[in-house]
Amino acid sequence: MLGLTPKDTTLLIIVAILTLFAPFILNPFPTDSAMAQFNAGYPDLMQRFVIFGIFAIGFNILFGLTGYLSFGHAAFLGVGSYSAVWMMKLLTMNVIPAIVLSVIVAGLFSVVIGYISLRRSGIYFSILTLAFAQMSYNLAYSVLTPVTNGETGLQIALDDPRILDGANAPQYPNLFGTEMNDAVTMTLGPWAFTFSVGYYVCAIIMMLAFYLSIRIFRSPFGMMLRAVKSNQQRMNYTGLNTRPYTLAAFVISGMYAGLAGGLMASMDPLAGAERMQWTASGEVVLMTILGGAGTLIGPVVGAGFIKYFENIFSKINDSILHQWFSFMPEGLEDLLVFLVHPFIGKGWHLTLGLLFMLVVIFLPGGLVEGGQRLSKMFRRKAKTSDEKTDGKTSPAE
Amino acid sequence: MGILEIKNVNKRFGGLQALGNVNLSVAENTVHAIIGPNGAGKSTLLNCLVGKLIPDTGSVMFDGQSVLGRAPYEINQMGISRVFQTPEIFGDLTVMENMLIPCFAKRDGSFEMNALASMSKQRDIMEKAEQMLVDMNMADKRHMHAASMSRGDKRRLEIGMCLSQEPRLLLLDEPTAGMARADTNNTIDLLKQISAERDITIAIIEHDMHVVFSLAQRITVLAQGTPLVEDTPEKIKGHPKVREAYLGESA
Repeated sequence: MLGLTPKDTTLLIIVAILTLFAPFILNPFPTDSAMAQFNAGYPDLMQRFVIFGIFAIGFNILFGLTGYLSFGHAAFLGVGSYSAVWMMKLLTMNVIPAIVLSVIVAGLFSVVIGYISLRRSGIYFSILTLAFAQMSYNLAYSVLTPVTNGETGLQIALDDPRILDGANAPQYPNLFGTEMNDAVTMTLGPWAFTFSVGYYVCAIIMMLAFYLSIRIFRSPFGMMLRAVKSNQQRMNYTGLNTRPYTLAAFVISGMYAGLAGGLMASMDPLAGAERMQWTASGEVVLMTILGGAGTLIGPVVGAGFIKYFENIFSKINDSILHQWFSFMPEGLEDLLVFLVHPFIGKGWHLTLGLLFMLVVIFLPGGLVEGGQRLSKMFRRKAKTSDEKTDGKTSPAE
Repeated sequence: MGILEIKNVNKRFGGLQALGNVNLSVAENTVHAIIGPNGAGKSTLLNCLVGKLIPDTGSVMFDGQSVLGRAPYEINQMGISRVFQTPEIFGDLTVMENMLIPCFAKRDGSFEMNALASMSKQRDIMEKAEQMLVDMNMADKRHMHAASMSRGDKRRLEIGMCLSQEPRLLLLDEPTAGMARADTNNTIDLLKQISAERDITIAIIEHDMHVVFSLAQRITVLAQGTPLVEDTPEKIKGHPKVREAYLGESA
């Protein structure tokens, strides 16, 4: 279907179902229960899941396939955000032109940065991209204040021209009149599920982005990118010029980052320089590796994981811990709270760091490899005999 | 006029004269071996042919066109394929994919933006790669990771990859180095078969005399960066100068 193998089609359908029903799936606990704080099914967080999913899918096309590790992809995300906000200031609050412009501008940016950075490979390439991203960040923060509004960040204002919008046009980002932050809440017994327009716009774009990435992975072009990672020497002596291949991969992933940035601005119409900081570039590297670099679904899983930790673990505080451990004797309760304290709240980075180390050491293929091992274990238990060939012949999922 | 004409090539690395006035002509559709003791400049000469090194002076003409100053991929697209001393293949890819890549390079040139093309629709390429796998006797290994194969199979694959580009000149750099006897003999048979069946010129650098004398129609002996003699295998075997320079006085 859609030019995909049955296996890839299944994967796409699973991802589609998961994203479309995410408001249910991510809200498993009743609203009043003590576990409700683990619910992730609110629009703001779900939007972040899919937007960072898009960012990581694109990053994976560069890093997962060619092995070129860019430390500057947040620059494209930031550029995308600025372009989108400018579009909404000048032209219209409709998100479509904003998103289109953000992809185009990020693409142009990545042509320039990629053209220069790709003259080197390995660590030198990484450092060049990092340098470019930091330059962009500092420019956005100070020198380019007229364009970026410096440290305050670029925002929309009531007196912006918006030449395409009429007098009665919505004052918020919208899709042909339907505002992004419109939402419907459905109450089912003790559960409450929120369906927001913004999330579904992001989700549909992410599915398109995911589909596109499957096509790229399975195309001759995708094979060439994997060949670049495997042996550049043989590439050159097989009559293939690696430079345009890597540049194309770089630009495609830059455009994905721009798309993510544009969506971010469409959900919440402001753009700040901190989006371009090197920590943001590092985050997408972590997402991709945590989920499984070079796999199709890995980056999305990694993005979801990290954003979940960032937003849920960071909200657990000592009083919540005391609540949880209240059934224990006084001394033991205090001791447990004391022990767990460094890993929650602001300490969520510590938990994530430990988790990342465990994954890199024990599951070099990321969480996807963990999933594959689990499913293989179950399958082996189910079928005791004649099960030998699987797993070896199915590399990238 | 040979398909490959090397004239007055000099290459110096600091104080070392690696190649001094090399003149060499490789005739079309022959197997031409270049032998010589360690440090004779064989690999330097080869690197000058494929664009890895640029000679200080002289000219290298392939089929009437100069190869000097061109990137390795451009020279390859002109019709020169190279087999390396240690097999250079795409280790992370399957055997089939390894074979597909040169087929694409032959059909589409050095770059093609086919990011949305479907692999299964590339019938011509698929068939060609499949046929080459059969020719190379490795059709049963098509789903294997190339890196997990034996040295001999990797060599076979690399030669197959070069052949699927339909090169006019195949350069081999010690193709049997570090191989077991059986693998060496298989490689000799394969190369013999290739040169008999295909419209191809083979230039081979080799240490192993057994390989050289089983394959070559013409042999050039290189010593200290300069061609010493060039002749048929029979004449080379008995040539006093060759014995002196290459095999040593006692041989």
